[in-house]
Amino acid sequence: MSEKHIDEISGVSTTGHEWDGIKELDNPMPRWWVWTFYGTIVWALAYTIAYPAWPMISSATKGVLGYSSRQELSTTLEAVSAEQASLRTAIAEKPLEEILGDETLRRFATSAGSAAFKVNCSQCHGSGAQGAAGYPNLNDDDWLWGGDIESIHQTIAHGIRAEGDDDTRISDMPAFGDILSPEEIKQVAAHVVSFTGTPSDAALAEAGAQVYADNCAACHGEQGKGDISVGAPNLADAIWLYGSSEADIAAQVRLPKQGVMPAWQARLGDPAVKQLSVYIYSLGGGQ
Amino acid sequence: MRFGTEIVLVGVAAFAALAAAGLAQDSAFQAHMWVLFFVLFVGTIVLMRNTSFAPATAASIPLQTDTESYMDGPVRYGVIATMFWGIVGFLVGVTVALQLAYPDLNLEPWFNFGRMRPLHTSAVIFAFGGNALIATSFYVVQRTSRARLFGGNLSWFVFWGYQLFIVMAATGYLLGITQSREYAEPEWYVDLFLTIVWVAYLIVFLGTILKRKEPHIYVANWFYLSFIVTIAMLHVVNNLAVPVSPLGSKSYSLFSGVQDALTQWWYGHNAVGFFLTAGFLGMMYYFIPKQANRPVYSYRLSIIHFWALIFLYIWAGPHHLHYTALPDWAQTLGMVFSIMLWMPSWGGMINGLMTLSGAWDKLRTDPIIRMMVLAVAFYGMSTFEGPMMSVKAVNSLSHYTDWTIGHVHSGALGWVGMITFGAVYYLVPKLWNRDRLYSLRLVTWHFWLATLGIVVYAAVMWVSGIQQGLMWREYDDQGFLVYSFAETVAAMHPYYVLRALGGALFLLGGVVMAYNLIMTILGYEREEEPIGGRVTQPAPTIQNAG
Repeated sequence: MSEKHIDEISGVSTTGHEWDGIKELDNPMPRWWVWTFYGTIVWALAYTIAYPAWPMISSATKGVLGYSSRQELSTTLEAVSAEQASLRTAIAEKPLEEILGDETLRRFATSAGSAAFKVNCSQCHGSGAQGAAGYPNLNDDDWLWGGDIESIHQTIAHGIRAEGDDDTRISDMPAFGDILSPEEIKQVAAHVVSFTGTPSDAALAEAGAQVYADNCAACHGEQGKGDISVGAPNLADAIWLYGSSEADIAAQVRLPKQGVMPAWQARLGDPAVKQLSVYIYSLGGGQ
Repeated sequence: MRFGTEIVLVGVAAFAALAAAGLAQDSAFQAHMWVLFFVLFVGTIVLMRNTSFAPATAASIPLQTDTESYMDGPVRYGVIATMFWGIVGFLVGVTVALQLAYPDLNLEPWFNFGRMRPLHTSAVIFAFGGNALIATSFYVVQRTSRARLFGGNLSWFVFWGYQLFIVMAATGYLLGITQSREYAEPEWYVDLFLTIVWVAYLIVFLGTILKRKEPHIYVANWFYLSFIVTIAMLHVVNNLAVPVSPLGSKSYSLFSGVQDALTQWWYGHNAVGFFLTAGFLGMMYYFIPKQANRPVYSYRLSIIHFWALIFLYIWAGPHHLHYTALPDWAQTLGMVFSIMLWMPSWGGMINGLMTLSGAWDKLRTDPIIRMMVLAVAFYGMSTFEGPMMSVKAVNSLSHYTDWTIGHVHSGALGWVGMITFGAVYYLVPKLWNRDRLYSLRLVTWHFWLATLGIVVYAAVMWVSGIQQGLMWREYDDQGFLVYSFAETVAAMHPYYVLRALGGALFLLGGVVMAYNLIMTILGYEREEEPIGGRVTQPAPTIQNAG
């Protein structure tokens, strides 16, 4: 232990302690530090008087402001839902055409539908409704089951091939692998490509014309324009759900993939499904 | 016979691991026991190859060049382990950062983000930070107590036991073994083993203090001791669990629901408080006065801020559970204790910075001092940011966002990393009896690489965190949420790329350090101009040493 002495550089006395050559100066604590520390303690005490804080035997002090985070949340929620109540009721009561015609209702329903879409639909259709392989893009004007407001509502409410919903939309393209020979499937795939582009082999496509007329035209139409009443896709445009190559098309002919969309009426209820319909209609609806 | 007892004990443990692998109740436990067996088996072989039947002499252990009474073998090994695990932890950190930016880098099943993330946090906190604390505490407590480490070879058990804990924790994560408690992921059997190691650590440290030849206990040792004692308590309570089987990897926590959450964050917050704050303050209180060659600024301040810090810190954990099922009163207390913690935390910063008064000119010539000053500056910054983020109004924006990640990293990279680098640069020439480091200019390179890395990392995370928080609460004029969660994730991509860049710079600095330290240990000295030599001619002591 060394003696106390004055540190030459700072002119402050040391405490007289020394460890491995380390000494300590006897500086006082900085005043601003002490007072800020006191300040935080005073503030903390005041805050604990104002808000729920000190645990007692079976409950805690409630605080003089009577604050509760649960109360705060339910107050906020109630205020918002009171504000929106009349609009929600109007949407639930009025037919879709009328909602579209009313500027206020349409804007509210579009916003609400957009929010509901992000939670319920974006997982498959993408956050921008841009779709993905096997999941239709909702921004274009190509609609499997129709793009008018009532058709969109029907599709959302009851889904496509949704189990347990009697009103669901069903289209059942047969698996032509059991009906046509592999050669015929190649031919018809080449013919389908010829609607919009150049098939790999013109002779093959020509041979496919007859196969198409016999097997496909009933639903997809002579010119491949499709039929929304049975959910048959338009084959004469550039939009393909499962791929546009001859191989993709042949695969879809042989053993079709049949996508499923859930029925939302039972899950989300009426205002929500209507709002979703208005939102989707605002994207690419109307045809 | 050298290592006689050790060979028998490690051999028996290896056999027990083999038996446990054979009788395991689940495949993860079996794989983990095979890992343990392999490690212990190799350990036994190494011990047997180094044994000798000659009568033991004082200098028979290689590297045991202790001429005086201090026991520095575990410190040397600890410094090397710090360096090694540091590089590993930083590398895994850069990897997980890249996985967040480019999800294709998730390699199933062992190297996906969910398993790599705890590997990163445990590697940097417990492997890098823990080894740094154990090594420096062993060094500091001997010097400031003028006493050799208590307990003979017990300190070697602490070192090797701790490394085994790290290996078991890390391999467990990659195998998918976790109890899902943040920063306490290892399962019950690894926890039990760590408890034994930690108690041995406490015995060594406390024993050395008790046999000290100084009348007073130095402030660094108060901090180290509070860290060791509190971590023991936190570790034991938070890991109370009932194993499904003594031969299985799964266990169930003794707590449930919100009590479980509160216990976890009481632990999690104080792991930050006592591991990453109190422990490293102990480091600061020794190495800054030593490197600056100046007395500690204020003894009174050190007493008051020490007791205030350890009393207040332990109550602040509930601020991790704002706006959850935790009762309001507990949230309030967590918040006000965090606010009161502000000044006690800053007491350490003041004492660290003011100790340099009279030595500020060294900033120009000594990159080690520069690192320490930057460490204290980041300490001050993040101990202000922490209380601010605990305020409920701020927390409602910052919670669950990258802002929290940025806050943690400005503390971890800036404070913990930099003060450790400074301490290691100070220690290595002393521990290996070298005149100086291989290169001070490489230390400067490390300083700038690390600083730039931290600044990029923290700034990017502030921006992304606040943007994320604002996007989550963005409502349109009709009162509906504007963004889907996926959109907020997509918006983070550029920040995640930049964050990985910041981390990579920090990692590069670590590699430069490892090279510098290895060359120093091997005894090389680089011919170079002294730093700051052109402005004023510094005392040529550094050059003459070469």
